[in-house]
Amino acid sequence: MIVVTSGKGGVGKTTTSASFAAGLAQRGYRTVVIDFDVGLRNLDLIMGCERRVVYDFINVINNEANLNQALIRDKRVENLYILPASQTRDKDALTKDGVERILNELRQNFEYIVCDSPAGIERGALMALYFADEALVVTNPEVSSVRDSDRILGILSSRSRRAEQGEVSIKEHLVLARYDAERAHRGDMLTVDDVLEILGISLLGVIPESSAVLQSSNAGVPVILEEGSDAGAAYGDLVDRFLGKSLPHRFVTVQKKGLLKRLFGGN
Amino acid sequence: MKNLLNGIFGRVPPGKTTAAVAKERLQIIVTHERGGRHRSPDYLPALKKELLEVVRKYVPVDPSQIKVHLDREGDCEILELNITLPDEEQRLAVR
Repeated sequence: MIVVTSGKGGVGKTTTSASFAAGLAQRGYRTVVIDFDVGLRNLDLIMGCERRVVYDFINVINNEANLNQALIRDKRVENLYILPASQTRDKDALTKDGVERILNELRQNFEYIVCDSPAGIERGALMALYFADEALVVTNPEVSSVRDSDRILGILSSRSRRAEQGEVSIKEHLVLARYDAERAHRGDMLTVDDVLEILGISLLGVIPESSAVLQSSNAGVPVILEEGSDAGAAYGDLVDRFLGKSLPHRFVTVQKKGLLKRLFGGN
Repeated sequence: MKNLLNGIFGRVPPGKTTAAVAKERLQIIVTHERGGRHRSPDYLPALKKELLEVVRKYVPVDPSQIKVHLDREGDCEILELNITLPDEEQRLAVR
């Protein structure tokens, strides 16, 4: 069970959850991605299945529907399922016992359970990380995001089930999103190394600032499925690294522009 | 020399870059906030479990009703133990 979390909103949690889950499924693992953002669901939109939502996570917790009724099977990627959040209930409907029961049931059928955390450090966020074995901490190279990520790391190591039961701690991975190598090079943006030095966790992937992310969200396609896009390729690498491949990090150094490009602009 | 060239060609603004300022500010605030959040020692979960077992020999308390807290005030560490005993009705129901 992997939680995608960050503390701060708008840094790319849902984008990362969608692409990470789709990437695992593409590589043959039965994967379910759960939206924990009760009241403000958005994973369904990013995954492009918003019109197929009938029952949600809370319905299943309250025994108003069973899992098979609530799970939405992705039409593009085999082995990929989505469990949407409730849009109408409040976040108190997420009970620890209820969440645990559903996760245990999902564990029977899935190799990976990806939990898309809401922003903040309230109930929804705490529930999303409580049962986690591993965490993807999504951070932007920007002061407030880095600070919030550090707070979330503190919560992972003190308020998760693993911490409470004195078990081996949650494995934490950094996902540095919206990175602009050129601005970092100019000294206008924290570099990958700066962020790593402050947070002190291992780097799973660097996702470049990319127009493909907005475009794919417009279309309801996880960006990892957009072939030829830089952000999609970065997520592909990230998933492979998560599964144990050792790949060099791309998009972290400035691409030297040729003379013509430098003269005439362009990207 | 590199810095001089960069300076001449205007690639890096004179003095500290904004990223360097950001990094320094973050290191200070993050260290400060980590200090305030006491990382509890490893033995706390085990201690909590054993305490609970002892108490439960005499009173049927729920595992969620025990709170163990370690606080630091300067050099002084305070171990705070909080057990909520069930009221009479619940106790009878358990028996």
